[in-house]
Amino acid sequence: MSATVLRPSQRVGAPPDFAATLQVHALRVVPQAVDTLQVNITRRCNQVCRHCHVDASPARDEMMSPTTMQACLDVLARHDAMRALDVTGGAPELHPQFEWFVARAHALGKRVMVRHNLTVQLDGDPRSGVSKSHLPEFFARHGVGVICSLPYHQAGLTDAQRGAGVFAKSLEALRRLNAVGYGREGSGLLLHLVYNPVGPYLPPPQAALEADYRRELGRRYGIVFNRLYTITNMPVNRFRQHLEKSGQYARYLEKLATAFNPAAAAAVMCRTLISVGWDGAVYDCDFNQMAGLVARDREGRVLRVEDFDLSRVLGREIRFDAHCFGCAAGAGSSCGGATT
Amino acid sequence: MGDYYDPDDLKKFGAIGQHAKTLAEAFFRYYGEATGADGALTRREKALIALALAHAQRCPYCIDAYTTACLEAGASPEQMMEAVHVAAAMQAGITLVHAVQMHNHLEKLVV
Repeated sequence: MSATVLRPSQRVGAPPDFAATLQVHALRVVPQAVDTLQVNITRRCNQVCRHCHVDASPARDEMMSPTTMQACLDVLARHDAMRALDVTGGAPELHPQFEWFVARAHALGKRVMVRHNLTVQLDGDPRSGVSKSHLPEFFARHGVGVICSLPYHQAGLTDAQRGAGVFAKSLEALRRLNAVGYGREGSGLLLHLVYNPVGPYLPPPQAALEADYRRELGRRYGIVFNRLYTITNMPVNRFRQHLEKSGQYARYLEKLATAFNPAAAAAVMCRTLISVGWDGAVYDCDFNQMAGLVARDREGRVLRVEDFDLSRVLGREIRFDAHCFGCAAGAGSSCGGATT
Repeated sequence: MGDYYDPDDLKKFGAIGQHAKTLAEAFFRYYGEATGADGALTRREKALIALALAHAQRCPYCIDAYTTACLEAGASPEQMMEAVHVAAAMQAGITLVHAVQMHNHLEKLVV
């Protein structure tokens, strides 16, 4: 009976409506800038995680074309204020042009981040068998900020979500990143870890959990890192299906809605980021992308990276759905962790 | 029996104020302050204490709620299980320490 559960005003009712909740709190969430271009270049992954909002797996075939990748690079080149490229997937390293894409963006002077699942270093490409063991050196050479999934600092919860043996492989991959300087003070090579709950509950406070990770990973395994990001699980795709199958979907949505935090809602990442899908379509975020909520300009035209126009992008209305409660619950959640 | 301990009933807890609003409000305020925030004890330590007590008092609502609360406070399953062992050991100890009373009385009775 946590304090949240005990809230006397809580009522059983209709599914929560995010846009209506913003209105109740007199909040208007609109695009402010595009600091970060997040690009999802493939839905293929060497893993099949239970909570994955992308439904990524080795069986997926979606790959961004080199032409669309070039269009993303052109957009970055044309917009100085768009300082960061955030490359995600699937496991983006499985895209055949991944390294070219990263190297080109780095050459443009952009801050490049890669959402790295760690195990791809050891597993390689699950379809072709091509090794990816060179990734730490590649990342270091291009100054890539590596953002690595590690849902807990112990094996049990990590393997429950990401598959048997994933924790041990993740530790080995982290050791290899540390060996080339990642996470070490003064190296300039940033290694951030990502915690996400291993079920339908909210993340712990980020700072306290970061201290736990630092102590446990350091003491037990000698691993160092820079920051821990706590990210809430979004009820989209595979995680939603799991919740529906286990009869927990409505309860999880209610939990997120009950934990609505106006300060977190005012700080959602879709104000300053856009997401590009493998086919070039633009979305407010990777979650909207996976929910199929393509971004449209004021005239209702679908926004695409090939004919990118900043004023049309900034003029769009952000599309909201029930999963948006995930970014506004508790301490807030974004691709950069808690927001409050 | 199917109507006892329905998980959805926990949502109705607020309704205890129906016939005693002021007392319920005072309780919920006190409860929230005592359990829901960092103080001299962290929220995680408080959640582990509450989880242990939930087991000792055998409250299924509280076991579900504080299993979640412990995870949301960053506790590990090992810490949660140890907390339950503390409750179990305390309960065993509480039972056994009463044997002293039994011994005292035995000594009086047996000549």
